[in-house]
Amino acid sequence: MSSPSLKAAPGLDEWISVTGDGRIEVRTGKVDIGQRISTAQAILTAEELDVALDKVDIVRTVTGEAPDEGITSGSNSVMDSGLAVRLAAATARRHMLALAAEQLGVEADTLEVEDGLIQSRATNRSVTYGELQGGRPFGIDIDPAAPVKAPADHKLVGKRTVPRDLPAIVTGTYRFLHDMTMPGMLHARVVRPPHYNARLRGLGDDVVGRMTENGIEVVRDGSFLAVAGPDEYQVIRAAERLANAADWDMGDGLAQPDIYEALTSNPRESRPVENDGVPQDKPVPPLADPPASAVTTLEARYDKPYTMHGTIGPSAGFALYEDDALQVWSHSQGIYFLRSAMAEAFGMEADAIRIEHVPGAGCYGHNGADDAAFDAALIARSLPGKPVLLKWTREEEHAWEPYGTAQSMLMQASLDADGNVVAWSHESYGDTYSMRPRSGPNKAGEARLLSSRFRADPPPVFVAPPAMARHIGIHRNLDPLYAFPDRRLVKNLVRGLPLRTSALRTLGAYANVFAIECFMDELAEAAEADPVTFRLDHLEDERAKDVIRAVAERMDFTADDGLGRGIAFAKYKNLKAYAAVGVELEVTDAAEIVLRRAVLAADAGEVVDPDGVAAQYDGGFLQAASWTLYEQVTWDRDGITSRDWETYPILGFDNVPEMETVLLDRPGEPFLGAGEAVSGPTAGAIGNAIYNAIGIRLRRAPFTPDAIRTAAMDA
Amino acid sequence: MEKLTLNVNGAAHEVECDPATPLLFVLRNTLGLTGAKLGCGLEQCGACTVLIDDEATQCCNRPVGEVADKRIVTVEALANDSMGAAVQQAFIDEGAAQCGYCTTGLVVRATAFLKRNENPGDGDIVAALEDHLCRCGSHGRVLKAIRRAAGGPAHV
Repeated sequence: MSSPSLKAAPGLDEWISVTGDGRIEVRTGKVDIGQRISTAQAILTAEELDVALDKVDIVRTVTGEAPDEGITSGSNSVMDSGLAVRLAAATARRHMLALAAEQLGVEADTLEVEDGLIQSRATNRSVTYGELQGGRPFGIDIDPAAPVKAPADHKLVGKRTVPRDLPAIVTGTYRFLHDMTMPGMLHARVVRPPHYNARLRGLGDDVVGRMTENGIEVVRDGSFLAVAGPDEYQVIRAAERLANAADWDMGDGLAQPDIYEALTSNPRESRPVENDGVPQDKPVPPLADPPASAVTTLEARYDKPYTMHGTIGPSAGFALYEDDALQVWSHSQGIYFLRSAMAEAFGMEADAIRIEHVPGAGCYGHNGADDAAFDAALIARSLPGKPVLLKWTREEEHAWEPYGTAQSMLMQASLDADGNVVAWSHESYGDTYSMRPRSGPNKAGEARLLSSRFRADPPPVFVAPPAMARHIGIHRNLDPLYAFPDRRLVKNLVRGLPLRTSALRTLGAYANVFAIECFMDELAEAAEADPVTFRLDHLEDERAKDVIRAVAERMDFTADDGLGRGIAFAKYKNLKAYAAVGVELEVTDAAEIVLRRAVLAADAGEVVDPDGVAAQYDGGFLQAASWTLYEQVTWDRDGITSRDWETYPILGFDNVPEMETVLLDRPGEPFLGAGEAVSGPTAGAIGNAIYNAIGIRLRRAPFTPDAIRTAAMDA
Repeated sequence: MEKLTLNVNGAAHEVECDPATPLLFVLRNTLGLTGAKLGCGLEQCGACTVLIDDEATQCCNRPVGEVADKRIVTVEALANDSMGAAVQQAFIDEGAAQCGYCTTGLVVRATAFLKRNENPGDGDIVAALEDHLCRCGSHGRVLKAIRRAAGGPAHV
């Protein structure tokens, strides 16, 4: 079993080195974004090499030094990078044991390793990893067939451990990018236009002059405007003054269509999706009449609004430009791609740019991280020799990050007399989820960095083509895992929509699973079946059934106590973790949803770091509950109106259910990415629980009191 | 510019700055105490919470000139405080953080709260956290950690 990460970086030395004192250094291209990948990498390394966990160092990811593993996204970290590290460590162990056998004059298979000490019982001689290999390259490739430990021999994998950075986090010593300092550094802020379509008409010369006199640098490139100076607060004040002095041409403003009308009526590129989630370059088949066996046909439309990543720490970038070389520190999820885009934007060789990953606050996809790094670099290039720490403001993050698109799902399905689904059609409509910066024709990398469009010489606008890979973008989890005999699946990439979008955690899976799982309950009711049995009857995969049963055993869906209960299921991308979610909730007289209890059951294959996986499920559930109950980006002609936490409310500590997370560990089975598995099922389970509580089917998120009251009046 | 003397973590610090500067920037940029975070600058998220005369306070908008005669304690000093250390250990035991950006503010808030509320009910804990946001979804673990630090049942 190999990992795609090894194709780009097959050499063992790219991943692992041993120091003279026997510490193990691991370099990976996947970065820690709160998903605890470094904890999992350390566990896997220490396990295969039989060293203590605290002897493993996970090295910061830096371009030119770390393996290029693309983007840290898509629940791929343990599946790809974790597997690569496991194989690297296993290869290193075998190599060092062979060296030790030679040195000690014994057979390698008689050697035992304990915390890096290789011992021969027969001869009572020993040698350490550090003595054998310290400071020396391995000079071999990673062997995808290197023998790894049997699950029964695991001492660390699957056992609870303290997350690597948690002690530093709780004591305030963990360093985020925002905390970086450098002698002589300047703080910086961007002065943004009121909205995407505004351009800078003029700027009073006197204001710039006054600022320069007061030690504030003003950077302008077309409509890109920024200030920098040694004192952060004075920089903030200067940015406010400059914003007041700027004269913006507002253009046509922001378009304000009825977004759900626009989603299904605007021009679009449509592709049928077949072969377990792969779009096809051919015409979309028309919606056929229900088959002869159909006795009931249901139709429904589900919608979700634009939603934001909403990082708690606004994006930041740190940059230093000197001697024609650019150094950048970024919390981007993809520093190699970001480097390629910056090289394109600045006409530099990629080798002249070094990007180091430094943690930011949780991003949950493509938020402002790359854009802020680019902003810092733009400013630094204007101020050679000066280190620049650029921070976005809260308002800037809210108003300028690339959102998760609004999405609409048109469902139709038929049941036969036995309550079996005999036809299924699902069309999804949305804007692109794929706008991460990466170099390409027509300056495609530069064009996807926010501030490029405001520079004096902007690159051509990048129009994303339909994503055609399996389970990417709008069609992620469009194909249900259920064994329906006939399925018509269509992705529609809609053009001409008003807001900037890109990858938000789960991409289209959240919206598609929300629709599928609520519609399954609608069908179950029409078939007079209970939702659990109806799902089990339409599944063939036993692991899928197991997670559903695990929830059903823990939640009484027949209870009649005024509370609502709902269940939903998905297998993320149909190839990663299985997850079922059960929700118990109350709908109050004020039409507010109070989450009482949640049961999350998941099968992520072999579990490396059980608490890390559980934390991903807990967090995925609460974040998706927040999307589902509270969140939607709003805007008017003059700009985005969701500009802070009051105008874009999210889940607080006052609506946190009692949670039970059940991991169905599968030792010896492949890792199945965990980070995004529960998001879609969470929305489905909440929608189904509300229906169970009050008999009202909500088909458009968020499920606010207003939405519930409106639906009640229409019912 | 003014010269001010700040009492931070039990020590006096001379600083020279615009007294309108929010305390958060002085702590982070002048004193190098970066445990308190800039999350919104609007007192809406709690990431910047520190203790001012034992009150958990968001300091992203609090002018430093107003706190020159007060006792300021940041998360960096809490390990020396028995309740602070208990809260920090409880957060570790419950795995109550993912990215960790909101965590220090929560640790400071929980420490101040538990010093005044020996045996808090769940509703009291929730009410104490009303100024705080978390985006990774560690809420449930944070609530358990605070119950654990209070000596109550952590796994309810």
